[in-house]
Amino acid sequence: MRNLKTPLSEEDVRSLKLGETVYLSGPIITGRDEMHIRALEYAEQGKDVPDCLNNAVVFHCGPIMRRREDGGWSVVAAGPTTSARMNRLEPEMIPTFNIRAIIGKGGMSRETADAMRDYGCVYLAATGGAAISLAEGLDRCVGCEWEDLGMAEAMWKFESNRLGPLIVAIDANGESLYDRVNASLVRDA
Amino acid sequence: MTVIKLSEPVEDIVVNLLRLANTKLPADVGWALEAAAGWETNEVAYTQLGAIMENVKKAEHMGLPMCQDTGIPVFYVRGRFDSSIAKGIAAGVAKATKVIPLRPNTVDPITRENHGDNLGQGMPIIHYIPTDDDFTEITVLPKGAGSENMTRLAMLNPADGIEGVKRFVVDSVLDAGGRPCPPSIVGVGIGGTSDRCVEMAKEALLQPLDDENPNPVLRKMEEDLFVSLNGSGLGPMGLGGATTVLGVRIAKCSCHTASLPVAVNIGCWATRRATARITAEGVEYAQGVRL
Repeated sequence: MRNLKTPLSEEDVRSLKLGETVYLSGPIITGRDEMHIRALEYAEQGKDVPDCLNNAVVFHCGPIMRRREDGGWSVVAAGPTTSARMNRLEPEMIPTFNIRAIIGKGGMSRETADAMRDYGCVYLAATGGAAISLAEGLDRCVGCEWEDLGMAEAMWKFESNRLGPLIVAIDANGESLYDRVNASLVRDA
Repeated sequence: MTVIKLSEPVEDIVVNLLRLANTKLPADVGWALEAAAGWETNEVAYTQLGAIMENVKKAEHMGLPMCQDTGIPVFYVRGRFDSSIAKGIAAGVAKATKVIPLRPNTVDPITRENHGDNLGQGMPIIHYIPTDDDFTEITVLPKGAGSENMTRLAMLNPADGIEGVKRFVVDSVLDAGGRPCPPSIVGVGIGGTSDRCVEMAKEALLQPLDDENPNPVLRKMEEDLFVSLNGSGLGPMGLGGATTVLGVRIAKCSCHTASLPVAVNIGCWATRRATARITAEGVEYAQGVRL
């Protein structure tokens, strides 16, 4: 089991082993379909994107957020969403913004795993549906970008504190735990 | 037919139902998770089951939704009622979205516009089953997208038989991989027309896991599929292990002599359900029902 501080260096990421359990502390942002689409669109048009995207740890998550009386936001529930929806977008996101880790569930495509190998990024599997425990790990919301995308799709910024357990499910060599499991599946009916 | 005078407004009952379903895992599902943790020897799988059970405890204790995907709530109304019940259910959904809170998930399919109240054209989805019983029963099944997106329908040939049905169920669950948040509950509909078949697959998820299927042939199929799927090696979250499903529930009805429809609707480990049986005297809540 490893405790790591974000932002992650390429060295941190390349040292992680397939199947290892990790807890993360420090800056983490959320992003789903719409955030990825906009980020890539802006990058292509040469428009500014929020600074927090660079070298980010991106959590595939659409949290339930609650507005506090002081105007800030509190996180209520925040589990991972199905990462496969971002398969088309992540191979371009990873090099464009130097994404060092993606947190999600269900695994990602071979193209994404190859981008992880080429640019130094890992896929960390969070327990799907464990939204209260993971919200505790996200700890403190420090802002929101692109709020117009709606609560689920906006880019939420967190200062996390021991977010986990996260399993290294695709490592920076492009090795995938999901591929291994799939290759040995017994399909008896 | 006389309509029962309800002891509480439908709106408030629906808020209670959504709160119960989203914050408290049905007891039968919790028992199935505990049993799985008892036999699971794969370390990663054990970590996943542990994280799930810890999360379930926290959610119940804090009165908060166990999963951030509070889903699209699917309603089943059975017994005596009139058409006004739809208004009460809609009001309850909007109120629950604010007070619990639920994530606003409902959008226009084309513009993707979100009104923030989980209402919209054709929403909420309500199935009606009128009977002559002296109660009104409202059941809710909040259905998250991770599992719902894995739904499959096959119009098999009658010659494919039970073996063909089992093959289709196994392939549907294994092709879905980790995406529907296994260990899952597999709802299967056999027969009917295409539309009815898909409905039955979802209705099957409402049956508690410890409620034995009254049909011996279906019971045997449920047991066989449970063993096959847990022997597949897919495991919790698709990361490997001996716990791919917590249960398999099958419902059937008659069909055309030239058809063998089969539908699979997967429920994630957080298969959430709640039922309110309303009489003139009061409201009784439960977390599983055979429609």
